[in-house]
Amino acid sequence: MAAQLQFRDVTLGYDRHPAVHHLSGEVASGALIAVVGPNGAGKSTLFRGLVGILKPLAGSIERGLDVRDIAYLPQTADIDRSFPISVFDFVGTGLWRSTGFFGGIGKSARTKIAQALASVGLTGFENRNIGTLSGGQMQRMLFARVLLQDAAMIVLDEPFNAIDTKTSADLLALVRRWHSEKRTVLAALHDMDLVRGNFPETLLLARGKVAWGSTPEVLTAENLLEARRMCEAFDDGAAPCVAQVTSSRAA
Amino acid sequence: MVLYDALIAPFTEFEFMRRALAAVIALALGGAPIGVFLMLRRMSLVGDAMAHAILPGAAIGFLLSGLNLFAMTTGGLIAGFMVAILAGVVARNTELKEDASLATFYLTSLALGVTIVSIKGTNIDLLHVLFGDILAMDDPTLLVIAFNTTVTLVVLAVIYRPLVIECVDPVFLRTVSRAGAPAHLAFLALVVVNLVNGFHALGTLLAVGLMILPAGIARFWSRDITGMITIAVISAIVSGYLGLVLSFQTKVPSGPAIILVAAVLYVVSVLFGNVSGLVRQMFPAPHLEA
Repeated sequence: MAAQLQFRDVTLGYDRHPAVHHLSGEVASGALIAVVGPNGAGKSTLFRGLVGILKPLAGSIERGLDVRDIAYLPQTADIDRSFPISVFDFVGTGLWRSTGFFGGIGKSARTKIAQALASVGLTGFENRNIGTLSGGQMQRMLFARVLLQDAAMIVLDEPFNAIDTKTSADLLALVRRWHSEKRTVLAALHDMDLVRGNFPETLLLARGKVAWGSTPEVLTAENLLEARRMCEAFDDGAAPCVAQVTSSRAA
Repeated sequence: MVLYDALIAPFTEFEFMRRALAAVIALALGGAPIGVFLMLRRMSLVGDAMAHAILPGAAIGFLLSGLNLFAMTTGGLIAGFMVAILAGVVARNTELKEDASLATFYLTSLALGVTIVSIKGTNIDLLHVLFGDILAMDDPTLLVIAFNTTVTLVVLAVIYRPLVIECVDPVFLRTVSRAGAPAHLAFLALVVVNLVNGFHALGTLLAVGLMILPAGIARFWSRDITGMITIAVISAIVSGYLGLVLSFQTKVPSGPAIILVAAVLYVVSVLFGNVSGLVRQMFPAPHLEA
């Protein structure tokens, strides 16, 4: 299958400090990939780079699709839940690509929003303010918006964290549905059993790539141990990265 | 008839009262929706800071051309835009948060303005700049205010959707559209335009009053943004009208009278508002089955 996304020796991070170091690899169109690794491994940073809101410190990410054709579900902490907006209106923002600045929310759009809410089991919650939702309901609502975005690639950052088993099962069913619709899905996850049971491909990340390939080959005891050995570091006294200095000299 | 004399007669008898009323209605229509967004973005004090940033620009215009409407408007707009845009650019491209960068810029522009004023002398007319005089509104000033309000409503209509999304989920907006940054800068420009409006009527020190107080009032009566904007506009108009009546009947200066009426409405809302008002919290309605 054609590569939809290529990481070319990409380093992502903040203020010169790398969080993802020299990652290379490619994501095939229609792939279903779990991104696994300990806290601080760089999963969220990788996703932020992937959707274009964080520029690489070095290397590049090449996308075979418009960045706006990627639906991104960040960790919910980024949402202002005190903002006075209803569940219906919030989910409706997923139609941005078709409505834009002025497009009306007509009858067909209303039906789409209602269907998306029904798919995640939130029928009846239309007029609730988003601030009144529980963690699980919030996540269902965010999935409903992803549904409406109708994107070719879907990037989910720890979508099942602090979510009960029923909600995770329901939302996982949506992930499977997206996969069957040939959409590319990347999800950062911590539950290894869930990954083994549902994701054919895994990227094991620990600031750099530990392993990337078919899930059974990646999630070996040896690889997981190596990932666990990763230590988080943020050293202002650290020397410039040798690999980058060498490659820029070669260029 | 007593009521008529108190509430209606001032406006039927005196042209300056009619002008003042037209001015507060225009101020309310433009400023109140902007105030709601300032509040929801937790930028209420930023608005206040920017009001101060306008002063030196308007003062420079005033000192160069006297009490010339266009010189002062232009000076205020230039100073305000510079501060707003520079602060926005700095906040978006560096680690500094917007409030911190705004504080830096408004302090700088305020210091600059005061320096220029002290070089040029005459501080007496500056009282006019500081406190405004809505009862001395002439036709050109009224037209400037009405024009600014029209621009505000048109631009707000254009950026409304991205602005709302940027408030509630900025990361989402960044992934679906590049409209976030321009919408935010346009919004800051609207803040400036409405502060200049408020400055003409209420002076620098109270300019932000008819933006922020009505927004605070609206928060206690509505749970959705459309309702909030509607209530903010209505309460701003009511404050303006009652403030003018109060000022006319008691000789209290008009600007403070308007803001004080808004403050009374605010206190009433804090006490009796149906969204988290204090009395409502003390006597909650029975809960439902589901």
